[in-house]
Amino acid sequence: MTGLKTWAVRYGGLAVLAVIIAVLPGFLRNAYTYDIAINAGFNAIVCVGLNLLVGYAGQISLGHAAFLGLGAYASGILTTRYGWSPLMALAAGAVGVGALAYALAKPVLRLKGHFLAMATLGIGIIIAIVLNTESWLTGGSDGLVVGDFELAGWVLSGEKPWYWVVGGLLLLSVWATRNLIDSPIGRALRALHGSEVGAEVAGIDTARYKVLVFVLSAVMAAVVGSLFAHYANMITPSKAGFMKSIELVTMVVFGGMASTFGAVFGAAVLTVLPQVLTAFEDYETMVLGAIMMGTMIFMPRGLLVTVADAVRGRRQP
Amino acid sequence: MSSAFLQYLFSGMTVGAIYALAGLGFSIIYNASHVINFAQGEFIMIGAMATVSLVGLGVPLILAILLAIAATVAVGLAVARFAVAPARGAPVVTLIIITIGASIFLRGVAQVLWGKSFHSLPSFSGDTPFVIGGATLLPQSLWVLATTLAIIAGLAWFFGHTLYGKAMLATSCNRLAAQLVGIKVSGVLLAAFALAALLGAAGGIVIAPITFTSADAGIMLGLKGFTAAVLGGLGNGVGAILGGLLVGIAEAMGAGYLSSAYKDAIAFVIILLVLFFLPNGLLGRPGTERV
Repeated sequence: MTGLKTWAVRYGGLAVLAVIIAVLPGFLRNAYTYDIAINAGFNAIVCVGLNLLVGYAGQISLGHAAFLGLGAYASGILTTRYGWSPLMALAAGAVGVGALAYALAKPVLRLKGHFLAMATLGIGIIIAIVLNTESWLTGGSDGLVVGDFELAGWVLSGEKPWYWVVGGLLLLSVWATRNLIDSPIGRALRALHGSEVGAEVAGIDTARYKVLVFVLSAVMAAVVGSLFAHYANMITPSKAGFMKSIELVTMVVFGGMASTFGAVFGAAVLTVLPQVLTAFEDYETMVLGAIMMGTMIFMPRGLLVTVADAVRGRRQP
Repeated sequence: MSSAFLQYLFSGMTVGAIYALAGLGFSIIYNASHVINFAQGEFIMIGAMATVSLVGLGVPLILAILLAIAATVAVGLAVARFAVAPARGAPVVTLIIITIGASIFLRGVAQVLWGKSFHSLPSFSGDTPFVIGGATLLPQSLWVLATTLAIIAGLAWFFGHTLYGKAMLATSCNRLAAQLVGIKVSGVLLAAFALAALLGAAGGIVIAPITFTSADAGIMLGLKGFTAAVLGGLGNGVGAILGGLLVGIAEAMGAGYLSSAYKDAIAFVIILLVLFFLPNGLLGRPGTERV
């Protein structure tokens, strides 16, 4: 019985997610709804990584879309202009972004609170401006057309195959991050979130762990960027912009910080919502802003976490 | 001094004055509540857009300006009362998302009210430029600089010589102690937002005849005001003014001598260098963390 309970705690959520991913195509009637589901999956993977940084380690990043954009442009540029294979380009993008994040992590993560927000925001905006300006390489604001993802003669194209690939990757990333969170690294991150000085006093090398999650979340964003470029066959600098960064952080906090499934839930809801809101097009921005404010004011721990706790009958602190 | 240099200096100081006012807005709110108000840029935009549309309706300029400032202050009070006050004491990330949410919401409202196109105001006193050392200076630039100076003088008087100003300073030094001596600290939050909205709106209105304005104009102006505030040392008024002028002038010089495409990146490059090498800003004092 206890064995079953442990299993349910560890893998229950993962199993539910797997079932949802498996059953969902039954409700997806056309290419358009598949497209929304795939985009939700892409966002969810980025948010699962970003949540490690924001939710668990308590370090905000207002520039994460830049890493997504760099991954996308690495794939786009290396495959179209230099004839690299998509897999090699994806790997190069991931390694390049990882190296950049590693180089930036030390000076950036020494900062706290608003200063950290300012620094990550600045880095994000600078990268977006470079992508927009160096049009000889990136195609500028018109964007860059990217080919399909190919591996050993097998071409990944069309909504259905992409759906299963993204769904599989989402499960993989959730499983991996859940394991990471339950490891000593995860406990160190949570200690760091509680109090950095306290964690240091307890013998935790806080700088090392912050750098680790920063690089990890950046690489996850870069890989998603690469895949997205091949899926959409098109990338524009707006994918790397300030508003996209804000969108990603909002998804993480909307679902619930320090909850992997909260991040997935937030990504799914906030990807689907704008599609629903196109019905009243002009009010889309207004409603998005209202949702951001409302969630944080009334459910500061996020929708999924608040609801889950209410269901379990736990008293709100 | 070459005339080109002088020209860049003039345009840099004009824009820098607006960044300085926005930076002061960030600092005042930060001092009162330790909140970074990402909606500061929207105050600038609302001031300018409201004036444009009132003038378009045939309201005389002076009256339009006063009404626009009053409207922006009302918006500032609403943000403080309904968005920031209910989340007092929440973690920094939460407050950042709330004020970013407020800024997106206000931008959305502006898009509905005024559309997405660019608007302009007529200059306050003609467009005949003064020629100084081969460089031209628009009369409107003088309006911008004079308004900024007047506002700074007004703020110095307010914080140095009035009971309300001193109460705000006391609250920023020690909230609990201020409360104990009978200062209504919840009122201070509202007053700080009202003041920041006033600064933003005034800046937005005087610069509107030079730079076009639109519902989306607030994003970059707000972020650069934040840069100015951090550059000078967050919470330091004189620092914010210096920071604003420095950012404005560096931007104009960079656009003139290096690359105009990278104009918007310059402010952020400066701020990264400052944060990496002088994490407390130019005039800030190092902070400590309590465990």
